Amino acid sequence: MKPFAYVRAGTVEEATDAFAAHPGARYLGGGTNLVDLMKLGVEAPAALVDVNRLPLGGVEELPDGSLRIGAMVHNSDLAAHPLVRDRYPALSQAVLAGASGQLRNAATTGGNLLQRTRCPYFQDLSKPCNKREPGTGCGALQGVHRDHAVLGYSDQCIATNPSDMAVALAALDASVELYGTEGARSVPAAGFHRLPGDHPERDTEIRPGELITGVVLPAGSAGPASAYRKARDRASYAFALASVAVVLHLADGVVDRVGIAFGALAHRPWRARRAEEALLGAAPTTAAFEHAVDLELAAAEPLQDNAYKVPLARRLALDVLGRLAPPAVT
Amino acid sequence: MDSDRASAGSRSPETHHSETTLRVNGKPHTLVVDHRRVLLDLLREDLGLTGAKKGCDHGQCGACTVLVDGRRVNSCLLFAVALDGSDVTTVEGLAGDGEELHPVQRAFLERDTFQCGYCTPGQICSAVGALAEAAAGHPSHVTDAAAPSGEPVPLDRDEIRERLSGNLCRCGAYPRIADAVEDVIP
Ligand SMILES: Cc1cc2nc3c(=O)[nH]c(=O)nc-3n(C[C@H](O)[C@H](O)[C@H](O)COP(=O)(O)OP(=O)(O)OC[C@H]3O[C@@H](n4cnc5c(N)ncnc54)[C@H](O)[C@@H]3O)c2cc1C
Ligand code: SF4
Ligand code: FES
Ligand code: FES
Repeated sequence: MKPFAYVRAGTVEEATDAFAAHPGARYLGGGTNLVDLMKLGVEAPAALVDVNRLPLGGVEELPDGSLRIGAMVHNSDLAAHPLVRDRYPALSQAVLAGASGQLRNAATTGGNLLQRTRCPYFQDLSKPCNKREPGTGCGALQGVHRDHAVLGYSDQCIATNPSDMAVALAALDASVELYGTEGARSVPAAGFHRLPGDHPERDTEIRPGELITGVVLPAGSAGPASAYRKARDRASYAFALASVAVVLHLADGVVDRVGIAFGALAHRPWRARRAEEALLGAAPTTAAFEHAVDLELAAAEPLQDNAYKVPLARRLALDVLGRLAPPAVT
Repeated sequence: MDSDRASAGSRSPETHHSETTLRVNGKPHTLVVDHRRVLLDLLREDLGLTGAKKGCDHGQCGACTVLVDGRRVNSCLLFAVALDGSDVTTVEGLAGDGEELHPVQRAFLERDTFQCGYCTPGQICSAVGALAEAAAGHPSHVTDAAAPSGEPVPLDRDEIRERLSGNLCRCGAYPRIADAVEDVIP
């Protein structure tokens, strides 16, 4: 590992200033992804700006009924927070479906959103990878890609985003709050991560030096039922092969609010807009759910070794939709 | 946080070392650490506390689990400099000053939970952390979604297995590890 300078920031401004003052800097959250990548040589920052002691460790209810999660709130505390569990169960469930108790205690909300792909070629300096080193090619395209994308990929990169939490945030219409030298801004969580296109080295819409300060969960997503389900190779402590977060609300026997996002199928949480459109105003029947999910997944273009993901994601989505809709009407 | 600390870091950003103070098993240690030093290596190599083990060095096995400010974490993924002022408890410090072992340690002995023993210190620290989390009302992946939030979570076998899934045992001693943890559930 290359030596690096270390700056402990006490305020948001101190953090962004220190980042600007140190070329090649990275923010240090829980470190559970960054330290790992530094050990692998994938990341070699000249300086770390430690944001762990920023006053962003709280969960607060805003006057409009939305809930603001500070960027430094640990994943374990986020999942355990009574307001999160009671109002946004999909988020609590998604966080608890990821990593381990030890990792969730260290990992932060901001760091979770910015964790890098688990593509093995990305993590191996001896292999070509457009995400790690633009222009070198994509090792996974013709290589081992059982865990890779079936939707929205490009010939430059077929990686998936590994975060469970981000999938729930996308379905819940959350927004990501950012602060940089140009000021504060807010980006919808569903649009925070990018598709790879010609720039797979850019995972998200964040600008260089920008700090994630928090995540806001809208009041409107607190009423509907929500849930998260994940399929993986072992029962615990493994990344998703496919996952789904669903937010569903019925009124007068028809769907009047729905958010569906798939995980592990694409370079970003895949918000299933087509399926949602098909369901809005429809009666929550098994046939309607099947029709909607099939409409969405018709866009999938599986690679040689990951066609299993499409029926897997389909079954996960139908299961969760079915569970959230009151049994009487399904 | 106090502003002295902030400036201590930012005053000499060019350097690659910092003075860091950690309380380890109740004893304060002030060391000049290379910023690259992770807590696991500091414990084992600088302080001679070899209880925490290095399995994978990448957060994938749990052998390096210790408690930082009472919470279980993987010490292989934490830069020591970032922990300045923290309280660290390793398996060596669980029993405190007395001769009496920690109840989790006793249960692990009584249930004969080890074969090679390499994962054991991490399993024990993880179990201690997991019991505290459940008592504090932290749910797990297998906790019933309808369980009241904020209240202690009762631990059954499924809960124990899920909550300790971050600790791998290559000898496969899992059933006895779960037995031992069941023994100490309040
Ligand atoms: C063995 C293992 C298994 C795992 N399994 C899962 C899983 O099943 N599901 C899952 O979702 N995740 C899983 N994870 C990943 C884990 O969730 C992430 O590593 C963690 O959430 C990252 O958070 P962190 O605070 O530690 O980030 P860090 O490692 O500190 O940072 C990650 C990135 O974010 C940047 N950053 C951090 N905070 C901020 C901020 N506030 N503003 C701007 N930039 C910031 C850093 O510079 C870095 O680039 C696993 C990890 C390991 C090691
Ligand atoms: S899929 Fe993306 S991350 Fe993986 S090797 Fe190809 S370019 Fe790199
Ligand atoms: S050595 Fe830290 S998790 Fe394996
Ligand atoms: S007893 Fe050998 S690894 Fe667990």
